Amino acid sequence: MNSEKTDNVLQTEDLSIGYLSKRKKTTIAQDIQLKLKSGTLIGLVGANGIGKSTLLRSLCGMQKHLGGTIKIKGKEIHTYHPVELATLLSVVLTEAPASRNLTTTEFVSLGRQPHTNWMGKLSELDRSKVEKAIEQTQIADFREKHCYELSDGQMQRVAIARALAQDTEIILLDEPTTHLDLYHRAAILKLLKKLSVTTGKTILFSTHEIDLAIQLADEMIVMTKNKTITGSPRELIRQGHFDALFPKDTISFDADSGRFTIQN
Amino acid sequence: MMETRQSYSIVFILLTILLMVCFIANISLGSVRIPLADVFSVLFGGEASKESFNYIVFDYRLPKAITALLVGGGLAISGLLMQTLFRNPLAGPFVLGLSSGASLGVAILILGAGALGGLVGGLLTSQWSLVIASALGSFLVLLAVLAVTLRIKDTMAILIIGLMFGSVTGAVVAVLSYFSSAEQLQQFVFWSFGSLGNQSWSGILILSICTLVGVVISFFSSKSLNALLLGENYAKSMGVRIKRTTLVIIVATSILAGGITAFAGPIAFVGLAVPHLTRQWITTSNHRILLPAVLLFGSIIMLVCDIVAQLPLSEYTLPINAITSLIGAPVVIWLLVRKRKLLF
Repeated sequence: MNSEKTDNVLQTEDLSIGYLSKRKKTTIAQDIQLKLKSGTLIGLVGANGIGKSTLLRSLCGMQKHLGGTIKIKGKEIHTYHPVELATLLSVVLTEAPASRNLTTTEFVSLGRQPHTNWMGKLSELDRSKVEKAIEQTQIADFREKHCYELSDGQMQRVAIARALAQDTEIILLDEPTTHLDLYHRAAILKLLKKLSVTTGKTILFSTHEIDLAIQLADEMIVMTKNKTITGSPRELIRQGHFDALFPKDTISFDADSGRFTIQN
Repeated sequence: MMETRQSYSIVFILLTILLMVCFIANISLGSVRIPLADVFSVLFGGEASKESFNYIVFDYRLPKAITALLVGGGLAISGLLMQTLFRNPLAGPFVLGLSSGASLGVAILILGAGALGGLVGGLLTSQWSLVIASALGSFLVLLAVLAVTLRIKDTMAILIIGLMFGSVTGAVVAVLSYFSSAEQLQQFVFWSFGSLGNQSWSGILILSICTLVGVVISFFSSKSLNALLLGENYAKSMGVRIKRTTLVIIVATSILAGGITAFAGPIAFVGLAVPHLTRQWITTSNHRILLPAVLLFGSIIMLVCDIVAQLPLSEYTLPINAITSLIGAPVVIWLLVRKRKLLF
């Protein structure tokens, strides 16, 4: 095994993504080259409908990619057994959990599923991992509450705790800050930053909070119609890639402040 | 943690005691009241004070009580499985048209036998063929409902599909009854009223096998069922193989709902109401706790419904289906009004 491969936890080569129906092949984005290192926080930005969710779904194996390769720890994603993959990669989805009747602790404990026996019984190790996840996300205050009693911000923390309890090297989050106010958006992103530093996990999140992501992320993936570029926020600003995100007649990117401003 | 685990075991002890009380009460009560002392002595191999009590308990009430136990528990489990699988709190064997599918299978068997001629008809209407026709009917309906849910994500849609299967069954039965004899029609109508009584011991054996197989499969699926509580995508991300799991749950449900409907007729509301009533008491959705609780609670409810249907100390017996509907429908309405939203 060469050292370059083990360095990148998640790597794609010439990846093209989209939908495959009976006859038609709809490519949404192509030529995506990603190299995600461990212990980094990566923000994925792009306009609505550009394919952020499709990219995330492809990266976690929920959706088949159309071409190229996705390698997790140097091994092609489709060669993993589903349970083995679940011990390497966890997700936080935009969709609300189907059942709202679980308590916070039960919800987080479900993250241990790939590690438990056929009955799903929690061992001492499983319990301690659940406790740690609850502690890291600071949700102990409402640990016995049911999900239907939680606010959107609390629910998002619980969902992140579940992914943490799954104890994977990679966590993918699809728009973890939607429906939240500015304070909670910043709080969630700060939490993700802290987790990537303290746990050494690779955390990839898609977001519309470009300003906040620029301030916190180690690396960013910018998806535009024609190409997908990765780099550190500073590099991307210098190369002017945020300018190309949206049509310039409505908003434009100010490189000095790292913010978008409305054009009059 | 310890506290909750302890309180669950108290719940299970209470449920088991309640089940035994209801079981004994069910045997003791009826048109003739049999003293408890006699019930116990017959059950434990002794002799009752009257010769007729021996006969009543062994040939009539004990088989009926066991049937109630199996039917109630099995239907309640099948309701729970469907609520989790379809992620819809209103799902149940009756609402989703499974009972209709089973009815259709039985109708084609009983009424269609006339069209095939007496000899073949006589061969067809054995108990196993009734079970197979009924289970096959509910399996096909469940597959159809599932096919629709794969295309339409709207939870309302599957309930409407269930209703449609109900009407189709009614229509097919009406057409078949036009061509069948009076006795066949009567046989089908009495079956459709639902009945726990008149089961032979060999019939109960078949029913026990169906219930046992369905319940065991459900227990083995409890881990995947828990994952499904988060939704299909989350379950997938935790390593659950959705297609296989779905098929296993559907097979278990069809065996339970189909097998039970074959013997006891289409019994309404137990499958829908019991899981919700259980969740009122045990506030968890964890299937490892919910499955056994729902099983016990379903059996208890069915035994109670059967006691009511016997109208103790009177000559009359009401159809069991009428009783479960009379009790079940207000319960579901009450739950909806009180909680405003049914959770699963």
